[in-house]
Amino acid sequence: MGHIKIDNLTKEYAERRVLPRNDTDSEYKGGKLVVLDSIDLEFKDGEFVCIIGPSGCGKSSLLRIIAGFDKPTSGKVSINGTEVVKPRTDSVYVFQQDGLLPWMTVWQNMELGLIHINDKEEKVKRIKEYIDIVELTGFEYSYPSELSGGMKRRAELARALVINPDMLLMDEPFTGLDFLTHMKMREEVVNMHEYIGKSMVMITHFIDDALIMADRVVVLSERPTRVQMVRELEGRARNIETDPVLHELKDEIYLMMGVSYVV
Amino acid sequence: MLLLENTLSLTKKPFILGFVTFTVICLLWEVLLVFYEVSEKTFPGPVLVFDSFWKLITDGSLLKHIVASLYRVTVGFYLAAMLGIPLGIALGRFFVARDMLEPDIQFLRPISPLAWIPLAMLWFGIGDQPAIFLIFLSCFFPLVVATTIAVRSINQVYFQVADNFNFGRTDVLFKIIVPAIIPDLVTALRLTVSIAWLVVVAAEMIAVQSGLGFLILDSRNALRMDYVMVGMVVIGIIGLLLDHIVQLLGKSKVSQWNKVST
Repeated sequence: MGHIKIDNLTKEYAERRVLPRNDTDSEYKGGKLVVLDSIDLEFKDGEFVCIIGPSGCGKSSLLRIIAGFDKPTSGKVSINGTEVVKPRTDSVYVFQQDGLLPWMTVWQNMELGLIHINDKEEKVKRIKEYIDIVELTGFEYSYPSELSGGMKRRAELARALVINPDMLLMDEPFTGLDFLTHMKMREEVVNMHEYIGKSMVMITHFIDDALIMADRVVVLSERPTRVQMVRELEGRARNIETDPVLHELKDEIYLMMGVSYVV
Repeated sequence: MLLLENTLSLTKKPFILGFVTFTVICLLWEVLLVFYEVSEKTFPGPVLVFDSFWKLITDGSLLKHIVASLYRVTVGFYLAAMLGIPLGIALGRFFVARDMLEPDIQFLRPISPLAWIPLAMLWFGIGDQPAIFLIFLSCFFPLVVATTIAVRSINQVYFQVADNFNFGRTDVLFKIIVPAIIPDLVTALRLTVSIAWLVVVAAEMIAVQSGLGFLILDSRNALRMDYVMVGMVVIGIIGLLLDHIVQLLGKSKVSQWNKVST
């Protein structure tokens, strides 16, 4: 189960810059930097949600609050009806990069999430199964630094999935990958979502990723960040170039992000 | 495999080159002494030093001094590591501990261990203890500071991974903190072991009747500069070996995770 409800969520950070006293910029309320301003969202169980928004709008902050790493200033996030107050093993966060512990092999990294399981055979079986799913067989005993960028992401996905969480929270998981690997990973993540049926929330700054992968696209505005658009999409194997609806949506989102001229 | 072979041939060459330089320096030393007719009493040549070195080995006294010095260094160094590293981890992790203790540590750190000699002798008397205490002091503060910095520079993502997977305190300590700081720690240990070795010689010139420092001081009193130089040479050699031993510690895969490149 992975039903997420975000209620009137606001997140402010203490602003370190010295501001002129008469600054009335709405971004700063009393010297605070307002990152998320009254966000209301609801994601269904099993949905693939993509969150896009301009740089610095608080996409990562939102995901970190959902994961329980950060506390909101006001409002709350509930997963399956329970309020999120701390990180939990049923929602696993996939980091932008460096999420794998570099001093451990792929296998040892996979064991991290299974630390509370005592049945050794069960552990081995599950790790093998997921290493197989992400096609890393033969690299079980490699260190992260010996893997390519794409392999590292796959290893981290496997580590997240092996503990059988309700949902995956992915923070720009394709950052730093080359174009082809990016395309391949996009396909693999979508397939994995179809196959495993977990809720996934993914932050991305690639609009194409969102339009191709998501069941639900959320577009956030610039600071103070509000929800600008929520759009449900249906079917997979989408082609943005040939589908006029997607094409139009893409232009619309670009406009929202302040890019008026799309080549 | 090719990479491995290249690295091997590269590391072999400096060793040979270093040995050649060393031999040339010794030859030059001997030749210059003969050429300028310097008295062997004020500046003994390598041949005499080697001869005296052999004498001290065969009568067993050199070994006794080496063991005495190494014993003091080992005990002082281990004590410092056993207390300093955990304290450093605590200071790196807990803000309260840091705010409470860091000013005091930064205040005590710049005081040379040698300045503690009078107090050390008063507290511990004559013998091994004051020397061990001084070595402990000389290693303790650098280790605390290095460990603190290492812990504080751990990528925060790793702690979030630990939170996410619901680690207990012990797991955070042994699966995250300890492996994360090992590369920095090996460097710190290398530096402190050489400091310890510097300090033991100074300490042995004051409060004890054995050790390489004592050998040097005693030989000076007897005007045996050849023995003084034997002491110096042995200190140099053991310093080199200690450094290599600590370096070996850092050669294991676990402590090299930050150096493996793609």
